[in-house]
Amino acid sequence: MKIIHTDEIIKNVREMCIEANLSLTDDVKGRILNAEEKEESELGKRILGQLRENLEIAGDEQIPICQDTGMAVVFLDIGQNVHIEGMGIADAVNEGVRQGYRDGYLRKSVVGDPLLRENTKDNTPAIIHYNIVPGESMEITVAPKGFGSENMSRVIMLKPADGIEGVKQAVLETVKLAGPNACPPMVVGVGIGGDFEKCTLLAKKALTRNLNMPSPLPHIKELEEELLQDINSTGLGPGGLGGCITALGINIETYPTHIAGLPVAVNICCHVNRHVKRVL
Amino acid sequence: MIEQSFYDNERDNDNNNDQKGGQSNGKENRNEKKKINLPITKEMAHNLAAGDYVYLTGTIYSARDAAHKRMSEVLANGGTFPLPIKDQTIYYLGPTPARPGQVIGSAGPTTSSRMDKYTPALLALGMTGMIGKGRRSKEVASAIKENHAVYFAAVGGAGALLSKCIKKAEVVAYEDLGAEAIYKLEVQDFPVIVVMDDKGGNLYGE
Repeated sequence: MKIIHTDEIIKNVREMCIEANLSLTDDVKGRILNAEEKEESELGKRILGQLRENLEIAGDEQIPICQDTGMAVVFLDIGQNVHIEGMGIADAVNEGVRQGYRDGYLRKSVVGDPLLRENTKDNTPAIIHYNIVPGESMEITVAPKGFGSENMSRVIMLKPADGIEGVKQAVLETVKLAGPNACPPMVVGVGIGGDFEKCTLLAKKALTRNLNMPSPLPHIKELEEELLQDINSTGLGPGGLGGCITALGINIETYPTHIAGLPVAVNICCHVNRHVKRVL
Repeated sequence: MIEQSFYDNERDNDNNNDQKGGQSNGKENRNEKKKINLPITKEMAHNLAAGDYVYLTGTIYSARDAAHKRMSEVLANGGTFPLPIKDQTIYYLGPTPARPGQVIGSAGPTTSSRMDKYTPALLALGMTGMIGKGRRSKEVASAIKENHAVYFAAVGGAGALLSKCIKKAEVVAYEDLGAEAIYKLEVQDFPVIVVMDDKGGNLYGE
């Protein structure tokens, strides 16, 4: 049995919030650099050049990549042989978020009540997804999510007869509706199967997967490739101002579903697809 | 004042003129550029067309969701309007806090459509410019035409880069709103693209 103290969780979540907002993972960064080379539209190329320069400034001068430093989405994959000591685990994660957003000069973008809308002023609470897994370690993923793109995400309850074509149409339609609002080039996370809430969680989780690691399922890998091509053929382009790079990548996760259903969730993320993973 | 700067020269010539201060992407020198000293009059707005790449210098004001809601309440119920609206440009922005020694934190545009409901009233009051990202409503498009205004897009998700073009930032209203307060900003060569003009031009398409 492994003992993890909540002080360690606080410290790591704090650092991960800051890190995620100042630098992108190599896969996302690589796609942006590559896109600048491949983009055919002059304006699109120029916008991608600005994004490259933006990443350099963010790293050099410790200015967040985007002013929407997001709502902190935290995935905790907790080994079943782990014992957690200290305070409540949600309190620990929220304390880490509080410290990270304060010390990292990140924007406090959370309101305490969705209708009364008073800012909590410390960016808490986080959205925490717990998963109990075999093993003796705890994997923490911090994925601050901006809402320009979150607002353009959708769930579509397709029927089995809609099949793969229905899925493609749902994804493409969502991307087109998102258009310039979602700060293209986007990263697209798709969840297929499960039920109403499971597919959305899969879509969110898909956004945290390395873009250079396609689905291990051959038919899903193929779907990822086809959809990326289709999305880039929309002509939306960087900033939604035309071009051949509308998405940097698309990740699809699947789960078994009911005989009567084919739920699909499309979680749109902008090019600032932030996620940091650590294992305690 | 609009200078139609260096357009012809640049096509044939060196690529290093007119690129001082602010930000420095060498590739930008190849394209048409217009420099605008704020404020933007209706006449100046009328001379801009969708697709123009423009650098703004002067004073602009930030305002996003909560500040727009309050401004509309002032218009409905009376009270002090938080900024001089005539000929002014509003930037849909909620920046990150500045680190010590910095003017402002990350400062890119937020999605404009959330402000659509409040925008025609502000255009009717004489606001001439808006900076944001994303599509606008039909009502906003008509109000832009009627009032001779202009809608610019800044590059979404380039908040660190854009912050370098902001030379001064000061909260002038609604401080209690935190990141949603109204800031008076002094910008220099702030890069934007004209997306919607007063002739009905729309770079995003319909």
